[in-house]
Amino acid sequence: MYKAKIYVNYKPSVLDPKAEVIKKTLGRLGQTNVQDVLVGKYFELTLQANSEAAAREQIDAICDQMLANVNMESYRFDLTAVGA
Amino acid sequence: MKAAVLSFPGSNCDEDLLWAVETVCGQAATMVPADHTDLTGYDLVLVPGGFSYGDYLRSGAIAKFAPVMTALQTFAAAGGYVLGICNGFQILTEAGLLPGALQWNRSLQFICEPEPLIVANANTAFSTAYTSGQRIVLPIAHGEGNYYADPDTLATLEANGQVVFRYAHNPNGSANDIAGLTNAQGNVLGMMPHPERAVEALLGGTDGLGVFRSLIEATKGASDRVAN
Repeated sequence: MYKAKIYVNYKPSVLDPKAEVIKKTLGRLGQTNVQDVLVGKYFELTLQANSEAAAREQIDAICDQMLANVNMESYRFDLTAVGA
Repeated sequence: MKAAVLSFPGSNCDEDLLWAVETVCGQAATMVPADHTDLTGYDLVLVPGGFSYGDYLRSGAIAKFAPVMTALQTFAAAGGYVLGICNGFQILTEAGLLPGALQWNRSLQFICEPEPLIVANANTAFSTAYTSGQRIVLPIAHGEGNYYADPDTLATLEANGQVVFRYAHNPNGSANDIAGLTNAQGNVLGMMPHPERAVEALLGGTDGLGVFRSLIEATKGASDRVAN
């Protein structure tokens, strides 16, 4: 069994208005040294696969097909083997 | 013209489209639920606005996996006319039938207003009832209508004349003021404004009728070609 922790974010070229609002509001709270805010999505998937390579290939497909819109988002994931 | 109006769980403009095509324009229209797998025999497929599948994950991201979408891919690939409005536009970009993506409005506000538009290209199957440069007003009602595409894609869209409608006063941050665009083949159009909500003077205007009249003309031509 493998557990994947998947992070989906807007590509750097895409302006994220939610992150801009959070940054602006942090400034209003006095947190004026916050230079940058990134808002993304986080997923955890546990799956049965025969090898780490097979698990990676499958998660890439899942992200490309569904979890990320590759037109405007990019993704990365951490994969760990977990007890069966 | 024989039109199919797709209906996903959470669609809320499907009845309006049916009304516009059937009652106002006097054409045949059928509601087709999302679990149907066949779209043969239709001249036009309409993908309505709303919040399909609750807009979970992203707008349109779940709808693209509905059974009827496989049939829609086949229908579009064969040159059938497809019109996606609002959430329908979002679904078409998610499904890869149109380039780019729709992200949150720059203001983060849901905007529900009559919006002035410029007809950028009146030589498409969806816009021949207008003239290029014509100013029309259609209602918009969306939170995620901010059109995004990378610079290369935008350049291609412009070079090919794929931009059909532009905002006169960009309300949501859309790249190149894009309110509606077609695919490269010209048989699939997605637009954020709602032409089906502007087909009767009683409801505030009839500027949306041109989209339906253009399609009636375009599909007449298609039937003639088949007959010959």
